Order: sequence, then structure tokens, then C-alpha cells
Amino acid sequence: MSNQRPAAAADSTTALRMRGAAVEVGGEVLWRDVDLSVEAGQFVAILGANGAGKSTLVKAVLGLVQLASGEVEVLGSPAGQANRDIGYLPQRRTFDSSVRVRGVDVVRLGLDGDRWGFTLPWGKNAKRAREIVRQVIDVVGASSYAQRPIGQISGGEQQRLLIAQALVRKPKMLILDEPLDSLDLPNQSAIAALIKRVCQEQGVTVLMVAHDVNPILPYLDQVVYLAGGAVMCGTPAEVITSEKLTTLYKSPVEVLRASDGRLVVVGEPEAPAHHGDRHAHVHGSHA
Amino acid sequence: MTVMLAGAASSPWSWNLIDDVRDMWSYPFMVNAFRAGSIVAVVAGVVGWFMVLRKQTFAGHTLAISAFPGAAAATLLGVSATAGYFAFAVAAAIVVSVAARPGTRFSEESAVIGTVQAFALACGYLFVSLYKGFLNSVTAPLFGSSFAITNDQVVTLGLVAVATFAVLAVIGRPLFFASVDSDVAAARGVQVRLHNAVFLVVLGAAAAEASQIAGALLVFSLLVMPAATAQLVSAKPAVSLGLTVVLALLVTWAGLVLAYYALYPLGFCISSFAFGLYLLARAGRRVA
Ligand SMILES: Nc1ncnc2c1ncn2[C@@H]1O[C@H](COP(=O)(O)OP(=O)(O)OP(=O)(O)O)[C@@H](O)[C@H]1O
Ligand SMILES: [Mg+2]
Repeated sequence: MSNQRPAAAADSTTALRMRGAAVEVGGEVLWRDVDLSVEAGQFVAILGANGAGKSTLVKAVLGLVQLASGEVEVLGSPAGQANRDIGYLPQRRTFDSSVRVRGVDVVRLGLDGDRWGFTLPWGKNAKRAREIVRQVIDVVGASSYAQRPIGQISGGEQQRLLIAQALVRKPKMLILDEPLDSLDLPNQSAIAALIKRVCQEQGVTVLMVAHDVNPILPYLDQVVYLAGGAVMCGTPAEVITSEKLTTLYKSPVEVLRASDGRLVVVGEPEAPAHHGDRHAHVHGSHA
Repeated sequence: MTVMLAGAASSPWSWNLIDDVRDMWSYPFMVNAFRAGSIVAVVAGVVGWFMVLRKQTFAGHTLAISAFPGAAAATLLGVSATAGYFAFAVAAAIVVSVAARPGTRFSEESAVIGTVQAFALACGYLFVSLYKGFLNSVTAPLFGSSFAITNDQVVTLGLVAVATFAVLAVIGRPLFFASVDSDVAAARGVQVRLHNAVFLVVLGAAAAEASQIAGALLVFSLLVMPAATAQLVSAKPAVSLGLTVVLALLVTWAGLVLAYYALYPLGFCISSFAFGLYLLARAGRRVA
């Protein structure tokens, strides 16, 4: 594990490296031979059909899922050891209406919720923490509902607060599992642009699982495409092509580029023609 | 054993609170009841606040029920009932936390907890029938008997309370994190399963405490209702936690006074006040 010192200088800018990684669930290989290298500050999308293993991939990066073979190195340490510097947004997490805790409290947990002890509502530390929380809520544009019980605001509003929670500790890496999931189109673009801004201004590495690549397509440095137990990495232009996806899926897949730059994948097994077709009338030209 | 209260009040209820309190506290057993009740109210309030937040009321109820076989076994063995309460409630907490992991499906978890509860009740019944004792030995652990609290029991309750608060003072914040948002807490390195297990043991201790005042069947009046009421009133954690403790103390004191003057069972009195407050809070929210 610790024998890759020769490239120490290069290591410092590598945020994530996976070598020959494989994961098994329920005794079966979900994906294998994943070789991936992400530079610090890159914006990476993880794509693939339902059940392809996207969420499992990010859990492996967080050390929440053990590899069957291979290795993962995150922010210079083995998976799971640098999680203090990672902001994580799990998939489809909503709070039901019985949760009587405010949005600000949930965001605050992202700041210091893992520390032993208890939180006093007064004092200098509390004031400073409140200020940090207020600022990050402002950044994601959730100020108007952050004081309400989180179970009583809409799914999209909850999602913005959860993004604030992932951002509040100024992480070096953001891992977002379908963060645009419950958002309408204007909000998808707004959140995608916000995440790109954070990525650029603070040099944060972003791994984003996405079902629809189009809202983030203009921002991407790399895509990781999972299908049929195999993985393909590269720039969007390299990977999201008819030939590459046909090889990956081992069945004919066609990638169409609309005149405004959106991509439509046709013939994708399991998740039929998802990319972009839900929103035929959106955004101006990207590419 | 329950002290018969008939005619205990030397003077009737007078609306002069100071005189009433002076009258009640002229009896050592009433002083002990107030001491024990206050300790229990604070512990049950704080622990119940977490329990309601974590939606573990069914587990809490089961742990409280386990106090009943605990008391019965203690009587059978001739050791102190208090020891029996705590031993069985804590043992049940460990069984529940090992058998029903968080993250297993809800139906699975509640099936495990329900099984533990049924078994606990069955054991209690067995111990009671082996003892062939008075009916009283069944009703006291089930419905409460706080007018028979000894000085030693008050000390025990106090020590358990201190231990409970010490644990919560250490794990309070990560426990809150794990309760509200377990996935992210786990990713941040919070030992979600360990926190669940420790909390269940704390909950078992609190349930055993509350059982001694309100009885195993009515323990919800102290564990659930103040917390549920306070969380309805405010979504600010500090405010609702503080309010929970205040409400738990109020219903306990009011229950003790009512039980003393009206000679109704204490568990009934506390439960009625707690239930009334909860209804008020719900009605208030509907209006607001
Ligand atoms: N704890 C588990 N036990 C057994 N199987 C699991 C477990 N977690 C995931 N799986 C299986 O692993 C596969 C991949 O799951 P994963 O959640 O990673 O998919 P995904 O690509 O994120 O899908 P989606 O787009 O629906 O979110 C699925 O077939 C799922 O059934
Ligand atoms: Mg997923």
C-alpha cells in the first residue's frame, strides 16, 4: 500500500487513484479492473444505468464498502482515512415530516457533528459556528427556509441544504450521489453551476454521480462510465461516443448530439434512453 | 411494598401551595417520592428526547417492560427490586442492539423487539407465579409504586442518573448526528452501530428508573410524552430539550400532588397530565 513513493511530487496533486479495484456484492462481482486517476480540482461525473454500481463506487472511495481486490487512495491516504476532508451527499436522502430538526441544525452537523461532547447553544464557539453555517446556507441560496423543520420543506429545498452540509467544512473533495435528483431544471443548472464555482474557486475535487449528464456536461473534466461490470474513463468527448459505449455495453448503443450540444444516448440497456430525453427543451448550447 | 395512602393527607388540598407542600413534605415517604420523581423526570426527559428523535419508542417500551420480569426475579431471589429492574432492562438493551441492527429493515427490527417484549412479559409472569406472592408484587412493577421509595433507592437513582448524563455528555453530539443523518455520520467516521448500542443501554437504564415511578406499562408518560410535546412546540434542539425536562418535572410533580390528595394511582396521575399537555401542544399547533 505504501510502496508508491517514487512519484511523490505527482501524488500531491492526485486526489483519487484506483488501481485494479473490484467490488463484490452478495458474492458476485459488481465491477472490476477499475483504474482511475483524478487530479485535484477536477470535476468528474460517474455515469451508468440503474444498478451499475455507481453508488457502490463512491462508497468504496469513502471506505464504506470494502474492495474485493485492488486499491483506492484518496487524498494521499487509504480509503476511509481522509473522510474528514470529504463532503458527502448520499443518494436520495429525504427527511419525513416527523423530523423536528431545523435545516440549520442539519447543516451544522456537517461542521462538527462527529466530534465527541455536546453542543452548547451559547458562547463564542457557537457564535462562530452559526456564522459559518449562515454563510454556507447563503452560498447555496437556502436562507429563506433554513430555519424551518427540515421535514417540512420540499425535497429540492432539502437537497440544497444537504449540499450546504457537504460544503460547510470546506472539504478538499466533494462526493455527491445524484445531487440534482429531485431538482427542477432551473435548479439543476443553478446547482450544477454552483458546484462548478466551488470546484474552481476553492480547488475542490468533485465526484458527482449523475443520471443525466447534460446539466453538468460543460463543466466536466472526466467521466467514469460504468456498465456490465466494466468501467471506462476519459473526457466526455472520448467516452460518450457510439463506439465506446457499444464496446462497453457489448450491444449497439448510439450517442446523438442535439444541435444545442446535449447528448442523447439511445439503446442503453436497462435504462432506456435516459440522458436528456426528459428535458427536450432546455439550456442553450453547451459545447 | 406500596404504602397505603388512605387518609395520609393530614389536611385537604388548600390552594395555598406553600402549605400544601409543607404538609406533603412532613412525611419522609413523600420527600423521597419527590426526590426520586425529580431525578427520574430529568433522566427520562433527556433520554426520551433522543428516543423520540431516533423513533425508538417501541424499543424503549420493550426495555421498560423488561423491568417487570426484573423486579419479579429480584423478589423471587430475595435481592433488591432496583437491582432487578436495572439488570433486566440493560440485558434487554444489549439483546435488542445486537439482534436488531440499525439499517436492517424496519419490519425486521420491530419483529425482533416485539419478540423480546413478549418473552420479557412471559418471564415476568413465570417469576410471579413461582413466587406465589401477593397481587401487589405484580401491580407495583407494572403500574408504579413510588410512595415506597427508600433512601437507598434515591441514592441508586441519583447514581444512575449521574452515569447516564456522563455518557450522554460524551456521546451527545455524534449521537445526535447518527440519529438525524446516519449515512453522512457513518461517512464522517461516527460509529453508528456502537452509538446505537450505547444509547440502548442508556435507554434501558432510564426505562428502569422511570418504571420505578410510573410503572413499566406507563413509562411512556415520562419517556415519550414530554419529549414528543416539546418537539412539537419547537424545532430548535436546545429549546426542545430544555422544554422536555421542564415538562417532565412538571407532570411528575403535578402527578405526585394529585396522587397524594386524590389517592389515585401515581402512574395514572402522571400519565394523565403528560397526555393532557401533549394534546394541548397538538391543538396549539393546529391553531397556529
Ligand atoms: N448492501 C447490498 N447488498 C446486496 N446488494 C447490494 C447492496 N448494495 C447494493 N447492492 C447491489 O449492487 C448493485 C449496484 O448498486 P448501486 O446502488 O451501486 O447502483 P447504482 O449504480 O448507484 O444504481 P442507481 O442508479 O439506481 O442509484 C445493485 O444491483 C444492488 O442491488
Ligand atoms: Mg445509486
